[in-house]
Amino acid sequence: MTIIRLLSRPVRGALLAAALTLPLAPLASRADETVDPADWTDVLAKAKGQTVYFHAWGGEPRINAYIAWAGEQLQQRHGITVEQVKVDDTANVVARIVAEKAAGQESGGAVDLVWINGENFVSLKKAGLLMSPGWATKLPNWPLVDVENKPAVVTDFTEPTDGQESPWGLAKLVFMHDTATLTHPPKTLAELAEYAKANPGRFTYPQPPNFHGSTFLKQVLATTIANRSKLSHPVDPASFEADVAPLFAYLDTLHPYMWRQGRAFPQNQPALRQLLADGEIDIAFTFNPAGASAAIAAGELPDTVRTFVLDGGTIGNAHFVAIPFNANAKAGALVLADFLLSPEAQARKQDPAIWGDPTVLAVERLEAADRERFTALDLGIATLSPEELGPVIEEPHASWMVELERAWNARYASQ
Amino acid sequence: MLRLAPVLTLAMMLGPVAAGLLGTLLPAAGYVPVLGGTAVSLEPLRMFLTQPGIGMSAALSLSTGLVATFGAFAAVVVFTAAFEGTRFFRALRRLLSPLMAVPHAAAAFGLAFLIAPSGFAMRLLSPWATGFQRPPDLLIVGDPLGLTMTLGLMAKEIPFLFLMLVAALPQADALRSRRVAASLGYAPVAAWLTTVLPRVYPQIRLPVFAVLAYATSVVDVALILGPTTPPPLAVRLAAWMNDPDLSQRFMASAGAMTQLGLSLFAILLWVCGERLAAKLGRLWIESGRRSAAEELSAALSGAAMVMLAGAMLAGLALLALWSIAGPWRFPDALPHHLTLRAWTMHAHAAEDAIITTVAVALPVVVVAITLALACLENETRDGLTVRHRSLPLLYLPLIVPQIAFVFGLQVLFLTAGLHDTLFAVALGHMVFVLPYVFLALSDPWRAIDPRYGHIAGALGASPTRTFWRVRLPLARKAVATAAALGFAVSVAQYLPTLLIGGGRISTVTTEAVALAAGGNRQLVGIYALLQMLLPFAAFLLAAAVPGIAHRHRAENEATA
Repeated sequence: MTIIRLLSRPVRGALLAAALTLPLAPLASRADETVDPADWTDVLAKAKGQTVYFHAWGGEPRINAYIAWAGEQLQQRHGITVEQVKVDDTANVVARIVAEKAAGQESGGAVDLVWINGENFVSLKKAGLLMSPGWATKLPNWPLVDVENKPAVVTDFTEPTDGQESPWGLAKLVFMHDTATLTHPPKTLAELAEYAKANPGRFTYPQPPNFHGSTFLKQVLATTIANRSKLSHPVDPASFEADVAPLFAYLDTLHPYMWRQGRAFPQNQPALRQLLADGEIDIAFTFNPAGASAAIAAGELPDTVRTFVLDGGTIGNAHFVAIPFNANAKAGALVLADFLLSPEAQARKQDPAIWGDPTVLAVERLEAADRERFTALDLGIATLSPEELGPVIEEPHASWMVELERAWNARYASQ
Repeated sequence: MLRLAPVLTLAMMLGPVAAGLLGTLLPAAGYVPVLGGTAVSLEPLRMFLTQPGIGMSAALSLSTGLVATFGAFAAVVVFTAAFEGTRFFRALRRLLSPLMAVPHAAAAFGLAFLIAPSGFAMRLLSPWATGFQRPPDLLIVGDPLGLTMTLGLMAKEIPFLFLMLVAALPQADALRSRRVAASLGYAPVAAWLTTVLPRVYPQIRLPVFAVLAYATSVVDVALILGPTTPPPLAVRLAAWMNDPDLSQRFMASAGAMTQLGLSLFAILLWVCGERLAAKLGRLWIESGRRSAAEELSAALSGAAMVMLAGAMLAGLALLALWSIAGPWRFPDALPHHLTLRAWTMHAHAAEDAIITTVAVALPVVVVAITLALACLENETRDGLTVRHRSLPLLYLPLIVPQIAFVFGLQVLFLTAGLHDTLFAVALGHMVFVLPYVFLALSDPWRAIDPRYGHIAGALGASPTRTFWRVRLPLARKAVATAAALGFAVSVAQYLPTLLIGGGRISTVTTEAVALAAGGNRQLVGIYALLQMLLPFAAFLLAAAVPGIAHRHRAENEATA
């Protein structure tokens, strides 16, 4: 090869020598630190100059842009650099932290802050892989969080957060329909099944264990189970079959009339939204109440799309940020978590033109100027008002999701 | 120095694989103290085997892998037999060479954009021919038998096998063999299959095995085109590996060992097929039959090659179009308008990703080529081939399912404090690049007539001079091809980059897959294009450099 031929003989030798010494390169070492969020001045001092690696799902350009904005603010105000590590599945981050623990890396870990909730959080919490409890409730902006009316901010899938993750936003299952093809959407699951039967191939849901797909299962479960209070406790193996029998009876009647006769499924929510945009299906759903407006603004959905909810309420939850036990820039991560809770950042996040993710703050308790940030927001043509959103059905205990996914898989994905 | 080369090469390839395998084997046997597994047991394997639909998943992996490999192999071989030396052959060769550089994920996306019910083909025909105002409810992408996925794999492997075959042809003296056979009354295809194939096949056998191992354990193509109820085995393994329920890792590791066995079994089946083919071939030769369904085989193989190459090209063109598309609703054949909005929005991120990608790939390729050449030259000088001893070792990185041994690799780099660095990612890539470079290089190198070297020696040239002035120039084409292939392999790496880089090393491929999760076709188009353009540039260079080098050489010799 010419490139090699062009090299002088010593260089050729050096190449081989370099190859030989590769494994002997110096080991990376990082400083450990202990920070106490109660001493915020100290936190800010330690955070200055740090780089925070924020591991967050990177599939949505709008959210990535929001995180980049937050990074710029932190750089200007506190001299902290924020790098978003765009992950396609938060479970990979969990895997990463586990691998670090397995390798005995007790400090200087790759993950400083992670966007998380549900079973990912429970996994890390149970394995003791999160920063010590209580930090979240010591953040300067914590008193603004609406714990009374938004209980999901301290209870993640029935698991108490114990201050080991800081709330970032709220989610609620809402459905979308294109008024150009469907004017009066079904208002109950029974009506949905009738609609599917009359219009074969026009409804589907993402394939569990995808988060949105599992949420649809939980929605059906919460609606069909005889005793809903069972869902706030771990699954009882003895009665599980009976508990989910109505759910699967419902799906058995629905599947033959679904998109591709239920033999294939979209793999995630954006794919589901794309099917709606392509006119393949009539009804889709999202966990972001402003998702339809935001997608219309971005040209991803036609402006004839509107949002609706089911009678009797839909599943809702919160999403959080957490700091791993061995995070390298804990002080910087704390400052970022606190900034994400600030009225300024929360209001910007709720703007559908930016992201459209509902706030975790108690807006009525804010100072006038900050309250104005929220009331001034145009929530978009396809966003329901808080009253229209209807009651929240709380997330079942995390064990339900695991067992539901297993049962669904055995039933529908293993022929 | 040269004598150390084989040891060094093997160490760089096999050290990480061995460690990674151990990191798979231990959890497969139930032993990972940090996850609460302290006793060795068969429980993970039992759990794995009792998963619903696991037999179907394994059968899917085996069937799609075998059919895709055989389909690609048959198309390439019969096509070459029918058309070698023709203008059509040269044209297709020029067309296919760049296609080899296209990463699997990009090719799969392109194909999906083309043939899905809401895809371009249907848009072209709708509504005027089909009457569809909305996409029909047809199960094309993701069909339960994996036919679309098989097609996608075939389309992607054909350029690879074809280029490997073409690179090996000069050593087989194909055209003269065929001429002699023709003078004995053999029709072209029969002549090629009986005289050239037996000599050229040993040289492409390794690439065929690599394809087979890859196709039976592929994740990305299967995710994009494959069935999901249930998916092929490797996809399920990847999902378990990423499951937040950490106890799944045990079962996933047991599954990974099964995947290893499955890929090996596919190769075993192939070897049995080879034996059978050899027997039948001998019978044929002895029978003296002088034709082999000439017209039919020419027509079929020609059509298959043109259609698959055409589908890939059309798919790639669609990626480009989507990347600049404004609103584009079904059944419009073309976007409402074109816009560079997506490109300008992502130009900055893309630039960083490109720089990182090249910064990893270039050193890896240089080191890999150097090591491979050093090994081969050492072998040549000693006059012995380590072929039989080192072959299975060379295969390890290509046969072990990536996801399984990369998890172990990640732990290894962490322990060494090398994780999250370009350097560690490069080392991780080396594991995959070295074997491909070696595979692409070793057979053409070993096929160089040793008498050139003997003559040079007899004329007084030192071994070093013989290497630089005789053997390397003879192998320049193969070296350039191998380098470009190595570059393409590095660019296409997803899991090793993500896991070893801790997500901090963003290449065009990790960005592409992360963004693909959002399902935005403009973005998929942009990153799939970038993913494709980088290796494409490398193959362009590979095609140009030997020619240029040769011209200089000819001039030098003319003036000397």
